Amino acid sequence: MIATRDAYGEALAELGAENDQIVALDADLSGSTKTGVFAKKFPTRFFNMGIAEANMVGTAAGLASVGKIPFLSTFAIFAAGRAWEQIRQSVAYPKANVKIVATHGGVTVGEDGGSHQSVEDVAIMRAIPNMTVIVPADGEETKGAIRAAAAYKGPVYVRLGRNKVANVFPAGHVFEIGKGCELAPGTDLTFVTTGLMTAQALIAAEKLKAEGISARVVHIGTIKPLDKELLLQAARETGAIVTAEEHSVIGGLGGAVAELLGEECPTLMKRVGIHDRFGTSGKSEELLKYFGLNAETLVEEGREIVSRKK
Amino acid sequence: MKEKIAELEEKARRLRVAIVKTLHKSQSGHTGGSLSAIDMVSALYFHKMRHNPQEPAWDGRDRFVLSKGHAAPALYVALAECGYFPSEDLMMLRRLGSHLQGHPDSKVTPGVDVCTGSLGQGLSMANGMALGLKLDGKPNRVYAVLGDGELQEGQIWEAAMAAAHYKSDNLCALIDANRLQIDGEVAKVMNVASIADKFRSFGWNVIEIDGHDMAQIVRALDEAEAHKGAPSAIVAATVKGKGVSFFENKAAYHGVTPNDQELPEALKCLGCFD
Ligand SMILES: Cc1ncc(C[n+]2csc(CCOP(=O)(O)OP(=O)(O)O)c2C)c(N)n1
Ligand SMILES: [Mg+2]
Repeated sequence: MIATRDAYGEALAELGAENDQIVALDADLSGSTKTGVFAKKFPTRFFNMGIAEANMVGTAAGLASVGKIPFLSTFAIFAAGRAWEQIRQSVAYPKANVKIVATHGGVTVGEDGGSHQSVEDVAIMRAIPNMTVIVPADGEETKGAIRAAAAYKGPVYVRLGRNKVANVFPAGHVFEIGKGCELAPGTDLTFVTTGLMTAQALIAAEKLKAEGISARVVHIGTIKPLDKELLLQAARETGAIVTAEEHSVIGGLGGAVAELLGEECPTLMKRVGIHDRFGTSGKSEELLKYFGLNAETLVEEGREIVSRKK
Repeated sequence: MKEKIAELEEKARRLRVAIVKTLHKSQSGHTGGSLSAIDMVSALYFHKMRHNPQEPAWDGRDRFVLSKGHAAPALYVALAECGYFPSEDLMMLRRLGSHLQGHPDSKVTPGVDVCTGSLGQGLSMANGMALGLKLDGKPNRVYAVLGDGELQEGQIWEAAMAAAHYKSDNLCALIDANRLQIDGEVAKVMNVASIADKFRSFGWNVIEIDGHDMAQIVRALDEAEAHKGAPSAIVAATVKGKGVSFFENKAAYHGVTPNDQELPEALKCLGCFD
């Protein structure tokens, strides 16, 4: 168990040692986003921009245009939200080599409440042309994703979380942008999940197995570009798709999968996520339950969708 | 007046106690910035502002914007003390289902007029209120409390420009200049340099005070009200964590709450022995 933001801190510091073109920027949250680890090791290549996210994004774009590989971090709401148009105009439009690594995505932000819980960042990042959007499931995948983002030339948005999450991938997992992974075989339905919901889907699949329902689990680490082949195959072979994400059902993974299937392979479908609401204060665990972001909901939805097939 | 000042000082002391107890209970929230702002918040709620706890939406009320929304505990203890809601509610701060959210939420908390928490946005909303109230020919004033780190947000200066441009003299910004933010000293993280000079150059009436000197706060608020033709900025030198010796001037206590060991010691610092 490790928080994806901690894995990021480690990975970025490691990459920093390998490539001196890598620089990091933060907006007064370097302790929380873990860019502080990089800052300690490479103080001259770290820029604390203060509480000024829009300027941080523009600065990163400038750094990229003179050959640096900037990683910028703050909470997801302030990265994707506050600086959205700077990201669109200064980063994505010119296809600048900027990596936006946003931590504290989703409702597991917890007690800070709705103002701080981004439930729409994946949707608004995904809507921008040229943008790659990654939501890792665990620490290992995060390390791989950060490495892949550094190697890729162009804008990348990586969404990480605040809390420790269960391990899904083995140590040394190699992350490939745009490639999903089938984590469990199944024939009756497919859970298509991202972020911390993937671990929940694996639990749900086990529970359903005991009831005689065979659930496939497909993890989508890259929301954009989407692994269409893997998803269409799952839709054709299992005939029922349940997506799940710690994000609004509008425009995120669920939205992306619905767009794909609607056009290319209409399939019974259900989206588990946050249903057009803001977050609220509470403990992370309580909030996951409150919003139905757990294995129990997936078991119910899995059962329900299979019953609809007949 | 001397008596009034003493009374306000005692209010602020009691509210500091409430902040510490509330944050000890919630074990989540922002201690340092709540304690640095509470003297100003007390002067506003118990002296300067016209408002009616029995009728939170009273048309004649002055407006308050906690632009540094993370200091919500300072606002909540003041609202509870005024009687907007029972003091017991404070013990539900940041809990699931509570009307006391981590950051001010006008949808659920009586007496809260705007949602804040994302820094840098409050001054714009305050100026919008000021413009609207003036348009209606109303005498109501608008007060906004800002952090010094918060001043790093560009939007603050867009609002500063707009408020001066539109001569929003019914607007008063109070800057809680405690010299600290999360990653350390404001001067080291991203130097805002002279706050007073900056607001002055934007065309504001600037008043510099000690933000823990109640007489100075009250006088500054009167001066601000009397000044016509430009918005006023009260630049208040404060101490983050003020009142609890081991919290004072420590960036580390920005978002850390008093634990079980610290609670009795913290209360003792505040002259509370029960
Ligand atoms: C737009 C935005 N960026 C980042 C944050 C996270 N944050 C909360 S408080 C804080 C530091 C605030 O410092 P300051 O304004 O000086 O407040 P104070 O010292 O009075 O607590 C930061 C960066 C935020 N709430 N909003
Ligand atoms: Mg400060």
